[in-house]
Amino acid sequence: MIAVIDYQMGNLLSVERGLRGVGADARITADPAEIAAASTIVLPGVGAFSDAAASMRALGQMDVVERRVREGVPFLGICLGLHLMFDAGVEGAPAGETIPGMGLIPGVVDRMPAHDAQGTFHKVPHVGWNTIEPAGEASFASPLFEGIPAGEYFYFTHSYCAPVVPQTLAVTSHSVAFSSAVRFGEAAFGVQFHPEKSSDAGAAVLRNFARFAGEL
Amino acid sequence: MLAKRVIPCMDVKDGRVVKGVNFVNLRDAGDPIELAQRYDEQKADEVIFLDITATSDDRATTVDLASRASAELHLPYCVGGGFRSVADIRRMIAVGADKVSVNSAAVKNPQLITDAARAFGSQAILCAIDAKRVAGNPNKWEVYVAGGRTATGIDAVEWAAEACKRGAGEILLTSMDRDGSKDGFDCALTRAVARAVTIPVIASGGVGTIEHFAEGIIEGEADAVLAASVFHFGELTVRQVKEYMRSQGIPVRL
Repeated sequence: MIAVIDYQMGNLLSVERGLRGVGADARITADPAEIAAASTIVLPGVGAFSDAAASMRALGQMDVVERRVREGVPFLGICLGLHLMFDAGVEGAPAGETIPGMGLIPGVVDRMPAHDAQGTFHKVPHVGWNTIEPAGEASFASPLFEGIPAGEYFYFTHSYCAPVVPQTLAVTSHSVAFSSAVRFGEAAFGVQFHPEKSSDAGAAVLRNFARFAGEL
Repeated sequence: MLAKRVIPCMDVKDGRVVKGVNFVNLRDAGDPIELAQRYDEQKADEVIFLDITATSDDRATTVDLASRASAELHLPYCVGGGFRSVADIRRMIAVGADKVSVNSAAVKNPQLITDAARAFGSQAILCAIDAKRVAGNPNKWEVYVAGGRTATGIDAVEWAAEACKRGAGEILLTSMDRDGSKDGFDCALTRAVARAVTIPVIASGGVGTIEHFAEGIIEGEADAVLAASVFHFGELTVRQVKEYMRSQGIPVRL
């Protein structure tokens, strides 16, 4: 069973239905005991980094998710769920400070700049369909992207983004190049885009993940 | 590179698509969800459900529609029409709407945009503007409200800039002069607004031919193009439109 973690910041129906739609048994839960027992964990993205981290800590979810990911349980973080895999984020933090995440991947999730290195203006939030490119030769060989070509479009909606690090599988460019997919260890993945809103390509990513996790 | 978007728009009353829909092989041509799924297959980038239900008493059907859309659609969707307060908007967001559009109520009370953007994020709040050319002045457009029935005296370009400043995430800009005309978008209006804001502009009103879509992006400098009847009547498919846009050098998802 896939536990879709509810940290009580918004509606998770589309994530749950997206997973069920590819044939996986998914259930929305806020209960740490249920998360501890789940065979697979999905952490969706709703709200701001600071609010989500505070809510997950208050509900007793943060430690159990981090522990299970480190144990190698299949995991998929979506949007803010990817952000929370990193050391820290600035969203919602007092100026000059950061809020700690799960610390699985080194780096700080920062606000997207409005201008690129050439000084060209880019609209932030980054909303709409953008392409993903492999971060390295081996990265698209990851089970998450099986059958998905480089340059495929996915749906993004965010103002903060994660840096490109050795754990980056895919990169997307807006005002900066950022991690649109990451992998921690063998079984933990994060995606910046919303597979549940990305039509057939998104369903393919969810199917690949569910199959990798042994849920299909 | 961020793709330019093509957005079919459906007018919905009491949970049913109104205006003729002439699609082959639809089990239920009046069902907004089934129509949206058809557009998803054609590579629509998102869909807009415009609730034209007159009274707020009938809002429950629209909430039901949004919650069905969250469960059954695999692309982003926006619900528009009749939102008067943050509480109205919250009901839609709570059932999973990706975006809502505000129109008349925001003109009357611009603070609604500020408050809604703060509560749900700019990406969730579209400001819909119905604009009409001011007679005798080719570069001036006036905002109309109440479904285009009431003139406000407000300059459309200035209002778009204020909505942007207040935190709206996108402008949905409809030319009342062109709406239903099939003469193409009002590209001068669209360009004037696009240059006055730092957020995406969705061009709406007037599409009649496939060329019009590319004009809205290239001449109008819009980020997205919206149409209703050319899609509903099956005159053009979203895929045909996007293939044409690509042939004109516009980045699209296909």
